[in-house]
Amino acid sequence: MTDATDPAHAPSHPAPDPNDAHGSIFDGLLGTDSSQWAFGTDFEDPLAGVDTTIPEGVDPGDLATYCLMLADDALIASHRLSEWCSRAPDLEEDIALANVALDLLGQARLLLARAAAADPAVVPALPDGSPVPPEDALAFFREAGEFRNVRLTEVANGDFAHTIARLLVLSCARLAVLQRLTTSRDTVLAAVAAKGVKELAYHRDYAGRWFLTLARGTDESRRRLVEALDALWPLYAELFATHPVERSVAEAGVGVDPATVAAEVDVVLEQVFAMSGVERPGRAPLAGVQGRTGRDGLHTEALSRLLAEMQVVARAHPMGRW
Amino acid sequence: MTVETLLDREALRERAYAVARGVTDPEMPMLTLEDLGVLRGVDVAGEGEVIVAITPTYSGCPAMATMRDDLVHRLTDAGFHDVRVKVELAPAWSSDWITERGRRALAEAGLSAPGPAPRHDGPIALDLLPTRRAVGCPRCGSTAVELTSEFGATACKALYRCTDCLEPFEHVKEI
Repeated sequence: MTDATDPAHAPSHPAPDPNDAHGSIFDGLLGTDSSQWAFGTDFEDPLAGVDTTIPEGVDPGDLATYCLMLADDALIASHRLSEWCSRAPDLEEDIALANVALDLLGQARLLLARAAAADPAVVPALPDGSPVPPEDALAFFREAGEFRNVRLTEVANGDFAHTIARLLVLSCARLAVLQRLTTSRDTVLAAVAAKGVKELAYHRDYAGRWFLTLARGTDESRRRLVEALDALWPLYAELFATHPVERSVAEAGVGVDPATVAAEVDVVLEQVFAMSGVERPGRAPLAGVQGRTGRDGLHTEALSRLLAEMQVVARAHPMGRW
Repeated sequence: MTVETLLDREALRERAYAVARGVTDPEMPMLTLEDLGVLRGVDVAGEGEVIVAITPTYSGCPAMATMRDDLVHRLTDAGFHDVRVKVELAPAWSSDWITERGRRALAEAGLSAPGPAPRHDGPIALDLLPTRRAVGCPRCGSTAVELTSEFGATACKALYRCTDCLEPFEHVKEI
């Protein structure tokens, strides 16, 4: 039997015929029933069927909080990147930034779902009977002070150079952390990390190439890039400051102490700076408030504005089914 | 459990697998889920419950829910009334899992198939030069092609352009 006649390999997705007199052009999208447009909540669980047992000796609350830290970095960075949709310098970059945002959003979903499974107490309470799944409740119904992302992810977008500088720094740091996380005793975190590493390698190369291009481009592109890097630099050190929860999960063998990747990330960035002829900025780290920073839920005003936009529709419809 | 029950169960599993392997990817319908390498297995448990395991290509793959729906629909249509689809996150999907038949189907549809996936065992070297791949134009066969973007219309594809026939085409990325 040839491939062409093998019914097991015939396409199950015929294109809808727009000229069909018997129905709407969208009928072809519906398949054999309408359930595609009203998934049950269990059908949307990104961890459906995954074993979410907590490894022995790990505090569920710490594991959940750690997952929120990793998830919130990805979620907020993803949102900032997606703000470029239809606004990027050209179509290819528009698509590229959206792809990077989608990868990060996927990582965030898995991590938020893992946080909720590890300790349901972290999930905001919603009205009885609300169909909102736990990872959506975490994304859309937490206040700014409950977000655990580093502040570098949340500051407002500047120009394209600003986005490239931020993406370079973030993807260097996240790639280094996730590489170590692939050996986590928590099998879900290890699996999420192993997938994420492959994706972040692409993100880091993308940002690195554009960094080099802008630095070696015109006087104007170089000026913008250097200014953007300088403006973001005060938030660099926070990426590697160890939060007590990070220390706890690292000691339990499920998490990574970010301080242990600082030197490695420095080396990678130095490589990009050297090839680009850009000096490492000398600006001092932005202090926290009474020692509290993003990991503690202490954020800049930019996060509140971001959340107001990101959460408004979901919050208006806590009983909504999507 | 008797030998007969075991044999029945294996026959049921094989029949369910034959249905599941024919479901196509919603974004690349020239590929079956089996040829794409996302169908990880089919099991039969309990009173004939069919459990299908799939894995996402990329973390944010928006096609997962559709794949799950399609598997349930096709298996239900084939007479299986108790179908569950579970996600297997590990091992992470690799483009190396696309079968030879899948690679031929991609080429026939005008898409360039991935080369060997990079290994991520040790430290990952930063690459500041455009990715070098042995890619040929799926339309005219020319190797005079240039990378337009490492990111395309779906998470798994890069954009190329043939400088001989001037047509753009998509390349499924190595991951």
